[in-house]
Amino acid sequence: MESLTLSDVEQKYYSELFLSCDVDNTKKVASNGKVLDLFRAAQLSNEVVHQITELCGATRLGHFGRSQFYIALKLIALAQSGLALRVESLNSVRDLPLPRFVMGKNEQETRHAVMFADTENQGSYFPRHPGRVQAKKVSAHEMIQPCVPTVDPQPDTTSPVVSPHQSPPTSPHAWRKHKRQASGGNVDRQPSVPGVVWPPFREAQPGPVTGDGMWSAHSPPPVQESWVSFTDTPPSSTLPMHPPSAQVITTVRTVPSAMTTNEIQRQISGYDDPWKITDEQRQYYINQFKTIQADLTGLIPGSAAKEFFTKSKLPILELSHIWELSDFDKDGALTLDEFCAAFHLVVARKNGYDLPEKLPESLMPKLIDLDDSAGVPEPAPEVGFSASPVEVTPNKSPSMPSLNQNWSELNQSNEQWETFSERSSSSQTLTQFDSNIAPADPDTAIVHPVPIRMTPSKIHMQEMELKRTGSDHTHPTSPLMAKPPELSDETKLAATIKFPGTTVGDGYSSSDSFTSDQEPISSAVNRQRSHSGTSPEGLKVVAPPPPPPRPHASHSRSSSLDMNRNFAAVPAGPQQPGVVAFPPAVPPRPLPTQTSVPHGHRSVEGDGLPAHTSTSPHQMPEQPNFADFSQFQAFAVDQPADDGENASDKTTGTMKTAKNDVQSEERNATTVNSTKVSTPLAPPPKPVRRRLKSEDELRPDVEDLPQKSNIIATVLATQPSIPRSIGKDKKAIQASIRRNKETNTVLARLNNVIECDHQERISLEVQLEQLRPFSHL
Amino acid sequence: MAVCIAVIAKENYPLYIRSVPTQGELKFHYTVHTSLDVVEEKISGVGKALADQRELYLGLLYPTEDYKVYGYVTNSKVKFVIVVDSSNTSLRDNEIRSMFRKLHNSFTDVMCNPFYNPGDPIQSKAFDSIVSTMMVQAC
Repeated sequence: MESLTLSDVEQKYYSELFLSCDVDNTKKVASNGKVLDLFRAAQLSNEVVHQITELCGATRLGHFGRSQFYIALKLIALAQSGLALRVESLNSVRDLPLPRFVMGKNEQETRHAVMFADTENQGSYFPRHPGRVQAKKVSAHEMIQPCVPTVDPQPDTTSPVVSPHQSPPTSPHAWRKHKRQASGGNVDRQPSVPGVVWPPFREAQPGPVTGDGMWSAHSPPPVQESWVSFTDTPPSSTLPMHPPSAQVITTVRTVPSAMTTNEIQRQISGYDDPWKITDEQRQYYINQFKTIQADLTGLIPGSAAKEFFTKSKLPILELSHIWELSDFDKDGALTLDEFCAAFHLVVARKNGYDLPEKLPESLMPKLIDLDDSAGVPEPAPEVGFSASPVEVTPNKSPSMPSLNQNWSELNQSNEQWETFSERSSSSQTLTQFDSNIAPADPDTAIVHPVPIRMTPSKIHMQEMELKRTGSDHTHPTSPLMAKPPELSDETKLAATIKFPGTTVGDGYSSSDSFTSDQEPISSAVNRQRSHSGTSPEGLKVVAPPPPPPRPHASHSRSSSLDMNRNFAAVPAGPQQPGVVAFPPAVPPRPLPTQTSVPHGHRSVEGDGLPAHTSTSPHQMPEQPNFADFSQFQAFAVDQPADDGENASDKTTGTMKTAKNDVQSEERNATTVNSTKVSTPLAPPPKPVRRRLKSEDELRPDVEDLPQKSNIIATVLATQPSIPRSIGKDKKAIQASIRRNKETNTVLARLNNVIECDHQERISLEVQLEQLRPFSHL
Repeated sequence: MAVCIAVIAKENYPLYIRSVPTQGELKFHYTVHTSLDVVEEKISGVGKALADQRELYLGLLYPTEDYKVYGYVTNSKVKFVIVVDSSNTSLRDNEIRSMFRKLHNSFTDVMCNPFYNPGDPIQSKAFDSIVSTMMVQAC
């Protein structure tokens, strides 16, 4: 870049100019827009301007850096002095006057103080305008920085750039106006940089005193006329807008239409909000509202509002946008507040202000408190169109129409539009929230109840088990455990359907009470179980069962059954009347059956199977083998161990008999189980429980799981919250329940098979016995 | 994130269609058009049952190699169609449902506007902004 030496004055001047152009504070200025305007304001021909731009290197760079800008300014000064534009002359020419920009640059030199004063006023005016538009501009173009946080600085920086007001006061207006109109209603879509920069430049108007005078002259009268004559020809101008906050300043002072001049009058008010409605305006709006809707607390139906606002001759698209902005509760009708906001926006639009993307704060309708909801229905019917909001609202949210209606009704009674409440936002969020939640809830509520409930009860049972426990006590808990799931299922279903959460908690607590109530019963069961338990344990010699998981599953099952029984007894007879009776009956049954069956067998088989005498004890040990049915063959092969235990097959010596013996013993066990299976069809878990009981006795290791599930149960029981909250555990529990169920079915089938085989075996043995004597022959 | 979102009127002409412009929009228009057949099929199938029992969300209409098309019908037979990229596997059904819900809500807001004549193309900025949030952000 060519070196440039500037005098102090020049330096200062240039920097001010640069600052005024550098709205973004990026230390470089786009080559279009503001700078171009500035250059044009220097009253140089376009060619010269181009030349200058080239010379300073901006064309090369594409933008004006500080140095380029300074060079350009110097060249402008050169040109204005009539000197040839040459780079060399940049430094050579001495005493070059500062470049003059028509827009009142002149003042620059003198002025600051004056400018300030002027610009202050101007600023108050201008910022308002731009402010208004700015609301929109800013959103659309971030570049438009709110240059000046305060009014003062702004004029300071902008003054150099100047306001067109000066010499051709109107021309800039017209200029701007044209530009504005060109962009039409689409200011929002202002294109690009030029558009963007343009406004800021324009807005830098505040400065010239003349402009000020002009403005002030215009201000009062138009104000009055403009927005008053709405119905005929929309107020062409003045909208007494209040000065925007400083930030707003940047936007375009879009002075768009002819009314521009009029509209500029903004009264200097201390308000920062460009969108604020003055009292006069509001009064006017209210009067207009009354012409449509006599009741100030009522609503204006959409159709009436449409007619009314169509008179403003704004394009339908813009009216549609205004409606979207102002109909805050989205009910298709306008309350007084909403109407004022819409009216205000229409007036603003007529005056050339761009519509904001969002409703400005000051225009937000103040909603009534919920307390007034009672009063709402009354005005609504009076309105006549009341049907519309009601009709509309149901469509609002597909899932919660009723809620929307309530909200809209509440919002409608806006008479206290002075009262500010957060309801609008809350209502919106509420409606959306509800619509989002409503569908979710029923689904989830319906889906989960049953399985979830199971878990806690099971866990609870196991917890009870733990409480009672000792290894022998696992059994008593198992019936208890068996109980809770069923009960909990029912309670849970009820809970989910009616009281999602509370009932569940109750269920838990009830289960607790139930279990406690059932203690004596369970202890009785314990006693019985212990009887059966001890003997097998004493006899237990065989290694534990092949499929460990299954026993777990069944274990939990049975325990759950027990719980169910306990619960059923307490809460309601109808629930599981049979169950109540069963559990107590069951324990004794296995023993006698166990003993009787083998006895029966023994009698049938004669002395062939002495082992049967010890069936009961043996049955227990057999039971593990029972589960291990698949390994039965292997088992039979491994006779020695089994034989030792059974002490039956040795005499026969045949695999078959041995097998039969083993089978018979197993069968016995299974028979017992199967009988149990057959009998308690009502409580299917019973047989499982039976099996589990014995299995539990035989398998201490199984207790680990119950204990663990007990712990989980206790945890769940202690949580009164909705089952849903348990989450992962439930899933795991549900999975285990599923597994248990599967195991159950498998074992039940196995039972049946075994029983059939047993029958066959018995018949075979009978035949054998009958034929035995003949064999010796 | 949808690649294309369309609102089709009861008479099966589009009220609003917007797609990520990077790819040929014509292709999306065509996809949406063909999906209308599937929508018709789905809603006519349940016709025998009570109409109000029909669920609004139709689910996946059909998958193509590159895209998946989801449908949603309102009770007034206005259809919403969302086309998403197949490579976007993380998009779950619930998310699609919520997208449709939002679309439906903003559509009703548009309907509430007295200046909107049903059957006109939708030019609401609010609706546009809602759709923008759901579209894949074009770079």
